[in-house]
Amino acid sequence: MAVDRDRAEAIVSEIRRKIKDAFDVFDHESNQTVDVREIGTIIRSLGCFPSEAELRELIDKIEDEEPTGYIHFEKFLPVMTKVLMERRFRPIPEEELLQAFENLDQDNKGYLEPEELTKYMTQEGEPFTQEEMDEMLSAAVDPEKNVIFYKDYVSMLSYDDSH
Amino acid sequence: MGCGTSVAIENQGKPRGHSETAMKAAILIQRWYRRYIARLEMRRRYTWNIFQSIEYAGEQDQLQLSSFFSFMLDNFTQLNGNGPDLISHLLDSVVDPLTEEVRQTRYEQIVVPDSYTGPRLTFPLSVSDTNALLSAFKEQQTLHGKYVLQLLHETKKFLKQMPNVIYLSTSYAKEITICGDLHGSLDDLLLIFYKNGLPSDENPYIFNGDFVDRGKKSMEIIIILFAFLLLYPDHMHLNRGNHEDHIMNLRYGFTKEVMQKYKAHGRDILQLLQDVFSLLPVATVIDNKVLIVHGGISDNTDLDFLSSVERYRVKSALRLPKRSLDHLEVVSSRSSSRQGRVGLESPRSLGRSSRASRKRKSHLTRQASCSSSSSSSSSSSLCSPRLLSRNTSRNTLRNTAMNTPRNTPRKTPQHPPSPSLPSPTDMLQVPFLDSIMSLAPPEPSREEMEWRQIVDLLWSDPKCQNGCSPNTFRGGGCYFGPDVTQRLLQKHGFCLLIRSHECKQEGYELCHDGQVITIFSASNYYEEGSNRGAYIKIGPELVPRFFQYQVSRSTRKLTLHQRVSVAEGSALKALQEKLFAHRSELMAGFQQYDKNNTGRISTGEWATVVESVLKMDLPWRTLRPRLVRLAPDGNVEYESCFEAVSPGQSVPQVTPNLAETLYRYRTDLAIIFNIIDKDHSGQISIEEFRQTWKLFSSHLGVDVDDQAIDDMARSIDFNKDGSIDFNEFLEAFRVVHKLDVKEQQHG
Repeated sequence: MAVDRDRAEAIVSEIRRKIKDAFDVFDHESNQTVDVREIGTIIRSLGCFPSEAELRELIDKIEDEEPTGYIHFEKFLPVMTKVLMERRFRPIPEEELLQAFENLDQDNKGYLEPEELTKYMTQEGEPFTQEEMDEMLSAAVDPEKNVIFYKDYVSMLSYDDSH
Repeated sequence: MGCGTSVAIENQGKPRGHSETAMKAAILIQRWYRRYIARLEMRRRYTWNIFQSIEYAGEQDQLQLSSFFSFMLDNFTQLNGNGPDLISHLLDSVVDPLTEEVRQTRYEQIVVPDSYTGPRLTFPLSVSDTNALLSAFKEQQTLHGKYVLQLLHETKKFLKQMPNVIYLSTSYAKEITICGDLHGSLDDLLLIFYKNGLPSDENPYIFNGDFVDRGKKSMEIIIILFAFLLLYPDHMHLNRGNHEDHIMNLRYGFTKEVMQKYKAHGRDILQLLQDVFSLLPVATVIDNKVLIVHGGISDNTDLDFLSSVERYRVKSALRLPKRSLDHLEVVSSRSSSRQGRVGLESPRSLGRSSRASRKRKSHLTRQASCSSSSSSSSSSSLCSPRLLSRNTSRNTLRNTAMNTPRNTPRKTPQHPPSPSLPSPTDMLQVPFLDSIMSLAPPEPSREEMEWRQIVDLLWSDPKCQNGCSPNTFRGGGCYFGPDVTQRLLQKHGFCLLIRSHECKQEGYELCHDGQVITIFSASNYYEEGSNRGAYIKIGPELVPRFFQYQVSRSTRKLTLHQRVSVAEGSALKALQEKLFAHRSELMAGFQQYDKNNTGRISTGEWATVVESVLKMDLPWRTLRPRLVRLAPDGNVEYESCFEAVSPGQSVPQVTPNLAETLYRYRTDLAIIFNIIDKDHSGQISIEEFRQTWKLFSSHLGVDVDDQAIDDMARSIDFNKDGSIDFNEFLEAFRVVHKLDVKEQQHG
């Protein structure tokens, strides 16, 4: 029992250190705060895959009653520890990602035109900004055929992500 | 956020089923992609942190090295044999042995051979000369040493009559362009000229210091800048930076560049550059409203006092003015045993406290150390005992210096022991005050104040918290808060402070409520793609406009992933070298947690050890997957963090402990050897080598027994002629990245 409790405590304290590490990278003024616009990056870099809506919900929980534009570490830590302990916003498996692309490819061409992908990504769901779209296309579009072979793209993203 | 738009699409009459699937698919892809980008962003940020930590650790090493010079001065009387000779070598390197006239005739007698195809200059310079220089440098040509010397002589003559602070007005020209650090990056300078036009009567420029070091084209840059300075003396202005300093140049590459490009005249050029650099003005003021300095200010900065400073005496911010050393020499030659002890002890504690200070400054990456917020008392760090407290006027200062000579920086109880390095002055002062205080004129303290004024302008960084605290991260200058900025601007009726000195990802950055602007003009400073460069244009309305750019070698735009990976790769390499250089300390730490010798410890334990040994404030847990392997049980196999690098091929027969120490301090040793090696032959005598190494290791508090040093010295004197090639020697202690070696073998 005692051993188990010790181990559990060790796990929690390790999770806390991980959160602190990630938070510190964005705490430019070393005053235990980060810009609220960067909190999504911190949460996602800790291995979470929240949607924008879920992220907004989370931020509402963390943010001060009167939003200052900054998030304090002491508020962030307990909420984030809970998220990681409960394993919320789990990773999306590569197959599901591929399936999502296939669903967009109505004609089963095996590829998407840049215009097609742009339309879906900037008009559907939680739309990309122009900047996000440009960045995605710069890596996704096959430079010779000028289309997105999404199967290759998905495996490239997965590879990048693990290297 | 996006719900509204999907409704709009439904109205276009698509089958509802697909629309829903498409929306779900889109959200999933967006979620995935945003996490992917977030991870890249995290890597980009910590890469930046690594580069900055390593850069500033280097600056600290440099300051520690300069304290080593003082240490040697304090102790040279204890040496036997050629000890004093060694010291005089060190000292002489900054004393010009020739008179002005002799040197002038020397370069006039240099004959430029007919075979020379580079540009030929005629003085006074004209536009055709600057054009010739620009096109020659684009063609990778070199300017002949004779012209370089002549240009430097003319520049020196011109700078001598310039004031410390230059006052400009926008009324003569519509706009003035201000550029930050260039650091030997000629491509950036040429890109600025291409975008913004060449300097001229209609197009005035201010270059805010750090023209040289790091980049490979420092010589070309100063030739171009000095040529335009002579051509348009009223429309070209150069502020001194902390790298316009011959001791900094020893570490950061400019000295080497000069010696490689000018084999015959390199030494004369370097000698002359010392003077030219020390004669550069230290501040520029536009329309009595905008102050431009390289680093920043401190709560001691006093522009009125500054205007009366004899700036040329500050040959290097890393050395006190020569006169103080003279006093020291007099005294040390009859030094008592007590002084000897003081000298010996302080440097050791210096090693420790400097490590402590690095830790403290940990948040240096973020411009401000968190602990600094507690101290609002004045004090720039390093090197100078804080003789004057913030509100002491200049007159009372002299008295203070006389009466309470050891009144070094007030140590705030929050961070004992004092984090700043015991200054050379500290050590210098002991004998000085003990023996000849009654005879001493008050001048040295004035001189030191002058030195302090300049060091603060050249080395300081802004921070977000109020107050002024020692810049322990860099080891020199100070951190100044918004209140310090506010007070200085108000006092002089200024509205803006423009400074450089720190690399920024976007090339510029605003802080202190927009009252301080950082401008940095070397793009790709840390690595290809690491940052943009920028310059400022400012007109009579005094509203700065920013222009950003980035030199690019490849024509195809890299993806974010490619850009991040390249920079991250070289940052991690630098970090792996750091780990390797501290291998035995790290191993000792790891093994404390590994009682059963399994070779494995937890990630947390690994991070704790690395953090405590390297004293670098980095997200070690986040970096862990990039530096060390996990065992199947989830623990780290700690020895794998040394696998990426290995020592160079031909390490001489030395004990592992000595090899590691040599490896860690090889840059310091290279600098010391270069100073001893006056003719830059690359050879020093075996005796010089031994003496230096003994002194240096005792200064560092490294315990290496004399026998080991003697053995090593003998083993590297390959041809037994009593001298050693130290470049070759140090090369053996370079580490090699295993991956690179493989690539080379395969390629």
